[in-house]
Amino acid sequence: MLMNGSQTVGEAAVRAGCRYYFGYPITPQNELPEYLSARMLDVGGTFIQGESEVASINMVLGASVAGGRAMTSSSSPGISLKQEGISYMAGMELPAVIINMMRGGPGLGNIAPSAADYFQATRGGGHGDYRTPVLAPAGGQELVDLTFAAFDLADKYRNPVMILGDGLMGQVMEPVIFPDFIELADLPKKDWILDGCKGREPRAIYSMLLGQQGELYKHNLHLQEKYDRITAEELRWETKGTEDAEVVVVAYGTAARIAESAIEELEAEGIRAGLFRPITLWPFPLPPLRELSKKVPRIAVFELSMGQMVEDVILSVGERAEIYFHGLPGGIIPTPAQVAGFIRSAVKGDGTVGRRIDV
Amino acid sequence: MSEQIEYTKIFGRPESLKETPTHYCPGCGHSVAHRLVAECLDELGLREKTIGVPPVGCAVLAYNYFNFDMVEAPHGRALAVATGIKRVHPDKFVLTYQGDGDLAAIGTAETIHAANRGERISTIFINNAIYGMTGGQMAPTTILGQNATTAPGGRDPRLHGSPIDISRMLAVSNGVVFVERCALDSVKEIRKAKKAIKKAFQCQLDDLGFALVELLSPCPTNWKMTPKAAWDWVAEEMVKTYPLGVIKDITGYEDKK
Ligand SMILES: Cc1ncc(C[n+]2csc(CCOP(=O)(O)OP(=O)(O)O)c2C)c(N)n1
Ligand code: SF4
Repeated sequence: MLMNGSQTVGEAAVRAGCRYYFGYPITPQNELPEYLSARMLDVGGTFIQGESEVASINMVLGASVAGGRAMTSSSSPGISLKQEGISYMAGMELPAVIINMMRGGPGLGNIAPSAADYFQATRGGGHGDYRTPVLAPAGGQELVDLTFAAFDLADKYRNPVMILGDGLMGQVMEPVIFPDFIELADLPKKDWILDGCKGREPRAIYSMLLGQQGELYKHNLHLQEKYDRITAEELRWETKGTEDAEVVVVAYGTAARIAESAIEELEAEGIRAGLFRPITLWPFPLPPLRELSKKVPRIAVFELSMGQMVEDVILSVGERAEIYFHGLPGGIIPTPAQVAGFIRSAVKGDGTVGRRIDV
Repeated sequence: MSEQIEYTKIFGRPESLKETPTHYCPGCGHSVAHRLVAECLDELGLREKTIGVPPVGCAVLAYNYFNFDMVEAPHGRALAVATGIKRVHPDKFVLTYQGDGDLAAIGTAETIHAANRGERISTIFINNAIYGMTGGQMAPTTILGQNATTAPGGRDPRLHGSPIDISRMLAVSNGVVFVERCALDSVKEIRKAKKAIKKAFQCQLDDLGFALVELLSPCPTNWKMTPKAAWDWVAEEMVKTYPLGVIKDITGYEDKK
């Protein structure tokens, strides 16, 4: 099927069993709620245009605690408003899928694609010691696959999961293939949901832990143990042409696709550049990048922000390889030729495009 | 041969309440309101199909006292959370229990819009004209002249605005089928409150729309009064700003007097 990225996510979500969508319009992701407003009618699901992002994420919280596969979507400023609810859901261990089709910030910024919400997405965004897995598709078919994966991850770990795309990815039309609808009845049973206490003891789900016996302390250790498990078991990344590469480009999402084209251009010049594309941004695929950095002399980090993921790259690489960084603020999508210029300069170590990071 | 005496239980703990002592101050309206809610749920046989959303405020621990499923909501967001629950379980009974700070300040948007969507949810609104939990700051419902820690010298309309009558505001919305304001200051008024709560619950059972019962509720601690003085203050002062009675009723129910 030929669809834009936002619609792709919408269709994938429905097929992955999402029957509850709550959201508030914001460009550049409106095609997603618009698509689902019609699609939920077809499949007997619920679509509510909430009165705000704050309300929408809390409707997600309610639907999740009641046992439904629930989702919301937004773009940068809207995600800021959802952070309180995401923190509560992490604390209460409730699954949900949150789509962020990033735009330029800070503030109202602009509606052009950007990747400037990496820190917010991977570092929590809301208050407290919590983490949300963040999946970064590069568009197209991966939007489908990662939407399915996001719902499964959310349920498996009882935790909110974010898909971090951008406005470009949301609006570009690409051919995609959808898996069949999953059978809701086949999903693993949730034995913790709230559906009235008939035949069992009443349940309460909350994140306020006042107990003097270190209840909150224990809960946070329990959450950390879960995050450690996710870090050990759920890393995703992709490499291309990294064997014998003289430079490896690290980029995610739309930036990775531009970098891929740049790498192809450089091939003709005889420059051997590889690509390392993190797919989980949290947990960051640190061990494989660390291994790679033992074999390649130079790592070139390219981001559609002024430098956020580069910090995770620095943590992964340390002094094992030289790190070069090139970042662009949101709103301008560079051509592959521009990115090739950066890679070339990183290979020469001359720093004419981007800069070398001293670790 | 001694005669076997038959006892009939005429009063006891409602099943919808746990056997847990509450943390509420002496004379606080929350404990009375809890009991009324529990009695109504019991009488309508709803306990096992109820999912409740307590507020952030003095009743934040209500899930320790109520004996049915409950979920915490962030401050003010109870009606959004309840909306999500009700959409997943349209056949279950969904209840929010909220203070004036929760429902009429930080959660005003959620309140107005859930009501306007006509969500099949029942809301108990505890109006004690103050922020109880955080120590007596001004609420949107604080009455003119009333002292609060953040309104030294009393609420002044030019400085702080006038008290919000959220129940009357909600009544103009088409999604709202029943709103009544009652008080928790005397046996007579408490009886009326119970009837109102039961009727609000019935609205949800009959799929009519959104229903809310506002309860004028004493907060002796933050009003800095004895329980008795606080009850008198509800009856004598608070009702002047918030007159008691049915504010909206389009249920078509015939009231059995
Ligand atoms: C986002 C957020 N802001 C502020 C608070 C602090 N807070 C807790 S309870 C409360 C006021 C509650 O007042 P009300 O709803 O009137 O209930 P009462 O305590 O009087 O029963 C406030 C401001 C919070 N928990 N979360
Ligand atoms: S502070 Fe006021 S509202 Fe809170 S428990 Fe005490 S009397 Fe009740």
